Amino acid sequence: MADSDIKAMTSDLETPVFESTSFTTPPPLSEATVAIVTSASLHHPDDDDFAPNDTGYRVLSAGRRDYVLGHWSPNFDTMGFALDYNTVFPIDRLDELASTGTIGAVADEHLSYAGNQFDLSGVRLDSGPAGAAYLKKQGVDVVIFTPV
Amino acid sequence: MSTLAHVFEAAGLATVALGSQRRQIEQTAPPRGLWCDFPLGRPLGKPNDPEFQHRVLHKALGLLDATEPVFAHFDEAIVDDGDEVVACTLPPRHDPSLHPAIDEARGIRQAYDRAVERNGNRVGAQRVVGADQVPEAIESLIKVAEGTEWRRAGIPGIPARVVQDIRGYYETASLGLADHAPGAWSGARWFYDNTEAGQVVLAARQAMADAGVKHPVWFYMAPGDR
Repeated sequence: MADSDIKAMTSDLETPVFESTSFTTPPPLSEATVAIVTSASLHHPDDDDFAPNDTGYRVLSAGRRDYVLGHWSPNFDTMGFALDYNTVFPIDRLDELASTGTIGAVADEHLSYAGNQFDLSGVRLDSGPAGAAYLKKQGVDVVIFTPV
Repeated sequence: MSTLAHVFEAAGLATVALGSQRRQIEQTAPPRGLWCDFPLGRPLGKPNDPEFQHRVLHKALGLLDATEPVFAHFDEAIVDDGDEVVACTLPPRHDPSLHPAIDEARGIRQAYDRAVERNGNRVGAQRVVGADQVPEAIESLIKVAEGTEWRRAGIPGIPARVVQDIRGYYETASLGLADHAPGAWSGARWFYDNTEAGQVVLAARQAMADAGVKHPVWFYMAPGDR
């Protein structure tokens, strides 16, 4: 069992190809509100767990640090996150960047999706746009996406 | 992740997507993509290393200066050698009347509680099986390994989810037994290869496969290369 074996096993998974690429110009980073969106199926303990093939998202509060892993795939290392949630969800690092003025602010709320999806239509057409609208409404300008 | 980056960008948010699988992030081509050759599960690279994590974020946020879609890679790779196993000593057998896996699971409970106290319960048992129920869950898998049809063995949930709780219980306990920050995959290798419970899981999984159980039911009880 090695990381390279798992990557080789999953590298041929079909991935969507986009015919065009949207591009949004952000405000200066020092004025931008930054959020994290992860595909690690993180949630708070009192949230609903992710179901198999769950295409929804969970809201992660920046004011809490009780993030738990709800991912269904056994095909990634979990010890890094167990030791330090910033390995997947670098919320402390964003706080530090905000304190030095590198970024304008850290969003109060962040999002988590389940990355183990074979059919991405629900995410592309429904929960993805809904999540984006949710963050836009919170005044988010920039989103950092982290996988597992 | 890269798919969501396209969707969010179209909604008017500027995005940067980190990716650990080069082919996937290249093919999906998010507006701003940063391939980091790190082990799966560690997109920021190194736990408990704020300086390294900041370097990754600095590189990622720097892509926001681009005026058109951009793909970059982080200049330092972290390679899992496939050999490291978390270095921790399992407690000796306590009750010989028990199956070794159940005795073992009970024996590491204090280490598990210690690790939860120190790190929080981020990956440990809790999804369908709590820490108190782990020995019972292992017992159900012992029955499967010994020939009981899986639906009659009393597995307390979807097998893959139950195994995630058992693996999470063990990997969390290993953090209470080890005195170092384990490398990527070292906890998974330790669980599946070095513990009695891991052997039970693999034996139950094989028994289900041999019995013709549907592939998704047993396959996800262990990483796909096992």
